[in-house]
Amino acid sequence: MAEFIKVDALGDACPLPVVKAKKAISELQGAGQVEVLVDNEIAVQNLTKMAQQKGYQYSAEKLEERKYRVLFTLGEAVSAPAEDAPVCTPDARTDTVVAISAAVMGEGSEELGKTLLKAFVFALTQQDKLPKTILFYNGGAALTCEGSAMLEDLKELEAQGVEILTCGTCLNFYGLTEKLAVGSVTNMYTIAEKLTQAGNVVKP
Amino acid sequence: MSKEDKIVFCTGGGCTAKLGAGVLSRILEKLPRGEKDPDLLVGYDSRDDAAVYRITDNIALVQTVDFFPPMVDDPYTFGQIAATNALSDVYAMGGEVKTALNLVCFPEDMDLNVLGEILRGGAEKVAEAGGSLAGGHSIADSGVKYGLSVTGLVDPHRMYTNDTGMPGDKLVLTKALGVGLLCTANRVGEAAPEEMEAAIRSMTTLNKTAAEISRKYRVHAATDVTGFSFLGHLHEMMGGKLSCVIHANAVPVLPGAQKAADAFLYTAAGQRNRNHTGPFVRFENVSFAMEEVLFDPQTSGGLLLAVDPADAAALEQALCAAGLPASIVGEILPKQEIEITVTDK
Repeated sequence: MAEFIKVDALGDACPLPVVKAKKAISELQGAGQVEVLVDNEIAVQNLTKMAQQKGYQYSAEKLEERKYRVLFTLGEAVSAPAEDAPVCTPDARTDTVVAISAAVMGEGSEELGKTLLKAFVFALTQQDKLPKTILFYNGGAALTCEGSAMLEDLKELEAQGVEILTCGTCLNFYGLTEKLAVGSVTNMYTIAEKLTQAGNVVKP
Repeated sequence: MSKEDKIVFCTGGGCTAKLGAGVLSRILEKLPRGEKDPDLLVGYDSRDDAAVYRITDNIALVQTVDFFPPMVDDPYTFGQIAATNALSDVYAMGGEVKTALNLVCFPEDMDLNVLGEILRGGAEKVAEAGGSLAGGHSIADSGVKYGLSVTGLVDPHRMYTNDTGMPGDKLVLTKALGVGLLCTANRVGEAAPEEMEAAIRSMTTLNKTAAEISRKYRVHAATDVTGFSFLGHLHEMMGGKLSCVIHANAVPVLPGAQKAADAFLYTAAGQRNRNHTGPFVRFENVSFAMEEVLFDPQTSGGLLLAVDPADAAALEQALCAAGLPASIVGEILPKQEIEITVTDK
């Protein structure tokens, strides 16, 4: 029977969220899940850094302002140290800005283009170096709204500190203003500033 | 609002309480500077440790201020550490300490003897530095904070700046790393008493001796390693025009610091340092715990010196003979694609 333990670490200073998570994981005594709530993205990064070192499966998402959820999923062999866990630094953000201006990636089949773009955003979550910001505009605006297939990946990126911004004019034009499900709304002034000040702009 | 507008506090004492370098530089960039004064030799434009203002051809003022919340329980020890840390910036510029002013935040309902002990610890360090305590300012506040504004003198021709190293220079570090991790481990009861004692000895050791010894050698650049971590201050030392290689095995580390990192006792400031400086660093076969040590915010850390390669071994020897855990930790290279390479070789 898989257990589920909730840890409230809201308001706790580092390293307490990690200390509490470690204690809950040891109480699992086998397979199960531990959910940790924290109130800042640095604490999320320290929790996911531990998960990477121990080889735990994890996901992270931003629930609301100052409320983030990190979920650890453990198999049976919890106590076995993951000596060969890859040493990488996936929490480091770069000065790269990703601009997504359409619902598809590349030209050609629309169906393929949608699949490719979803795969691209998933692949972003797996990068050692995360982008600083992802901008969504015009045909891309629907991707941050309810019903989008990539919401979970975007929420994970946001929890890791990646800024998710969607063009407000575009949401308004497509009637999606009330449907935004991840990140925040922005304007053309900010979009122009982000693009011109980026070290790198990636347009999939 | 974008989340970058929000300050994330993860409280902890000492230099772990510093705001992240990323947040700070965005604010500082936008400040009005006023007319440029040719006698202001080191100011906002540089990311140096202290401001330097020329009075005559051979005399310049060195001004610095530093204060933070306690990172140890004992008030007298806290006072010593805060003062040692504040005085350090003058040494990092190659200066001599002259006067110091106390800065105090203290709760009205707390025992005033505690404040007395903090100030006693600070005053002793100012005296040890050869300076005079000349006054101060205190504020009633919810939490304790203490530090000093320190003024020193330096010959502008002999002042140390942090980004004037040259390719070929050896990098010498004068104190062991890991005090941030150890203080954090101590707060959750996971640091051994002797490990914490060693960390406190390190934090209360003035950089005066290291600075005086370094004067006898061809030092091209210097900084002190504090809240932005060894790699963060090294990144400032590279100044966008140099690269370097660091030999992880040669870097002095306090006992227990890697163990704390292996137990995931990460600080918030350490993670902020990783976010800020990580993109400039490549690690080659370096353990994750050692990476954490290199990103660990240091309270009252040592000096990091860029020294002429012909002088490096003699400087290292002289520092060690004075009882400092100094070590040649790497070398400056001409600018390359990767700014800082850390290897296990």
